[in-house]
Amino acid sequence: MEMLVVFVLILVVAGFLGAVTLRRRGSLQIEQPSVVPSTAEATPDTAAPVLRASLKERLGKTRLSLATYLRNISGRGIDESVYEELEEMLLLSDVGLPTTTKLLGAVRGKIAATQGATGEDAVAMLRAEIEDLLLVGVDRSLKTRDGAMSVWLFVGVNGVGKTTTIGKLAARHTTDGQTVMLAAADTFRAAASEQLTKWAHKTGAEIVKADEGADPSAVVFDAMASAASKGIDLLLVDTAGRLHTKHNLMSELEKLRRIIDRNPGALQEVLLVIDATTGQNGLEQAKQFAETAEVTGIILTKLDGTAKGGIVLAIQAELGLAVKAVGIGETVTDLIDFEPHEFVSAIFDSED
Amino acid sequence: MFDSLSGRLDGIFAKLRGRGRLSERDVEEVAREIRQALLEADVNVKVARSFIERVKSRAIGTDIREALNPAQQIIKIVHEELVSALGGETGKLAVSSKPPTVILLAGLQGSGKTTQAAKLAKLLKSQGRHPLLVGADLQRLAAVEQLRVLANRIDVPFFSEGADPVAVSRAALDEAARLGRNYVIVDTAGRLQIDDTLMAELKAVREAVQSHNTLLVIDAMTGQESVNVAVAFDEAIGIDGVILTKIDGDARGGAALSVKEVLGKPILYAGTGEKLDEFEVFHPDRMAGRILGMGDVMSLIEKAEQTFDQDQKDRAEQIMRDGEFTLEDFLGQLRSVKKMGPLQNVIGMMPGIPKEMKNADIDERELGRVEAIICSMTAEERLKPALINGSRRSRIAAGSGTTTVAVNNLLKQFGAMQQMMKQMGVMGKVMQKKAKKGSKKGSRVTPKGTKPIAGKPNFGGLGRPGDFGDLSGLGDFGDLLGPK
Ligand SMILES: Nc1nc2c(ncn2[C@@H]2O[C@H](COP(=O)(O)OP(=O)(O)O)[C@@H](O)[C@H]2O)c(=O)[nH]1
Ligand SMILES: [Mg+2]
Repeated sequence: MEMLVVFVLILVVAGFLGAVTLRRRGSLQIEQPSVVPSTAEATPDTAAPVLRASLKERLGKTRLSLATYLRNISGRGIDESVYEELEEMLLLSDVGLPTTTKLLGAVRGKIAATQGATGEDAVAMLRAEIEDLLLVGVDRSLKTRDGAMSVWLFVGVNGVGKTTTIGKLAARHTTDGQTVMLAAADTFRAAASEQLTKWAHKTGAEIVKADEGADPSAVVFDAMASAASKGIDLLLVDTAGRLHTKHNLMSELEKLRRIIDRNPGALQEVLLVIDATTGQNGLEQAKQFAETAEVTGIILTKLDGTAKGGIVLAIQAELGLAVKAVGIGETVTDLIDFEPHEFVSAIFDSED
Repeated sequence: MFDSLSGRLDGIFAKLRGRGRLSERDVEEVAREIRQALLEADVNVKVARSFIERVKSRAIGTDIREALNPAQQIIKIVHEELVSALGGETGKLAVSSKPPTVILLAGLQGSGKTTQAAKLAKLLKSQGRHPLLVGADLQRLAAVEQLRVLANRIDVPFFSEGADPVAVSRAALDEAARLGRNYVIVDTAGRLQIDDTLMAELKAVREAVQSHNTLLVIDAMTGQESVNVAVAFDEAIGIDGVILTKIDGDARGGAALSVKEVLGKPILYAGTGEKLDEFEVFHPDRMAGRILGMGDVMSLIEKAEQTFDQDQKDRAEQIMRDGEFTLEDFLGQLRSVKKMGPLQNVIGMMPGIPKEMKNADIDERELGRVEAIICSMTAEERLKPALINGSRRSRIAAGSGTTTVAVNNLLKQFGAMQQMMKQMGVMGKVMQKKAKKGSKKGSRVTPKGTKPIAGKPNFGGLGRPGDFGDLSGLGDFGDLLGPK
């Protein structure tokens, strides 16, 4: 298989080159118009400044308008504009078109079956639809074992808040009187282990770390041994941020998992950290991490901003992965449980 | 996705076949598909709306009788509008007549400011400038330490002394004067645009350093929120330009369009990886292609241009035309492709590549093995693999340190490739014929209001079914991937 891929690839590169050189020389002109025009020949956009100004204005208004929409909608009968506005609201929350369309499809169905339905009914139905989606038989608890060490592995792309979340969870569990150890398996990013060490000091957790550039597997291996010998309750494993498209880095995660699995049953959670500002790419992140690292739940961070994190709806709808905790700031206490009802309210009720 | 967008547009136009110009109603239908593509790419809903209005006004009246491929023509319009929206005034750092030139980096938490600060310093240094890196993120644990490590690594002086970000930044200017540094790059803490205290602090930093370039650092994976962020940071501190980070992933990066549209300020740079030299000048045309899901064809071509020598290009051209392909050619290409960087990245840049292939785990060592096998063949064998009988096989296996099974496999696969090449060769000929036909009729394929492109490679149609970009059109491809 690998070899075949390589073969085909090289062929394609050759194909590309062949095509390119042929076209460049004019010996082969393609009959279709180019889809890659140069910047220079693109038509100047004279209308842009005006557009921009009005767009900016409009955005200013729409920051207020989610709530306004609903007020508008509520008083009205049902017509296409109601769906359009609901759609826009969901899209602005990063729910994404496929899930949005599914949700609104369900609402349309119900509205059709209801006599004299109003905009208000549509809103209520949509809320119910989303809550149903979020509530379907999921367990949002973070798992630990009694009387034996539990390990939680944290994964995700760069900068989403893995290390900070670990700090918060360490604080939560040390406060509860448990012994917590942190494993600084992000040996890649500069000063990543210093960052985690500071969290360890802050929270009274122990830490196992290595020099920058060290093998993360070795860190995990040492941490597993050390935690076991010290009778640690909870071992939180920090990993380097990695884009889910980088296969070597993704297989490194598999390796870390295998090392943890040498202590059968210890690995209780594999938590994918997702930033609430993430757009549609979040779904792909979740798919890839779920596949390689067997993710057990999502931690949604940065919900203290105005981003709604709607992509977790798509993630739950498509992959059945549920949010298990929510980050709402940068300090130790800024981690809360995920409340579907509140989450839905945040989408519907704009604060500003 | 570009593929699905063009597929859907093809569907629409199939219904319209035989009709004249695109009516307003037809355009509405087309607009819906474009909107979907933009939303999938995370272009802000409102930005998408105003953008589509522009496309629509150009698309109405498109002559679908004359255009050989109306879907392609619409995509061209969309692409052009995207390039113009993303580009505009070319992005250049403002340089202060009185050094030092100050660059201030601001943005949300985790957007990549610290890394970009170091990347920018490295770039400036390579251009003979003398940057000073300033760690003014006193908020996140070990953020200062992170920048210090990076500064050390690229051998650029680092400064972070003071009780608060404003004090640090102010003192940094003195330090720059003392050290004779002509660029000062200030890294600040990530903050939410709605955090009034921290936004006020940022404003104070900006005023203290009188930055010449206040740059917003934004993650390419950002969704709808990008406009709120851009507007709020701009209102608070005045943004001069943008750095788009993490474009090495597969996010389509519609945030670039959103931010550019609401700010009207250039996107200067793009972060393309975690390493400090993975940083480049922003290319609007590439980004446009990416937002439309076309893969990063331009980068790929550029890389290929750099690695393949002229002889190889000539040879590739001939191969494309004739469909004749030898193991000798293959060896040369294999070596060049290896030079283009990790195969995974190369594949990632190609449009129309099936997902299974992009996600396939590639063992780079396999390349070495293949190379060894071919190297162990005589020149004659490479040109005529049919010569390779049992005893030659054993010799080659022994010579390359592999097995006869491996040699066999390679030969079999090579046979399949040759088949595929033949098909491509046939296609090349067809295209040549069509091109000749097309050129007789002059400019009939040039849509109104656009100039034909002179001297620019024309990649029209790459990524279209049946074109080189889309392997799924090739019959043998499935067979090749089939047997695991
Ligand atoms: N506002 C806010 N910022 C957060 C939250 N979680 C993490 N951060 C910030 O996001 C940035 C990146 O966090 P970090 O833990 O280093 O991310 P990592 O790269 O995934 O380990 C830091 O500046 C954190 O303080 C959150 O819930 N809200
Ligand atoms: Mg980290």
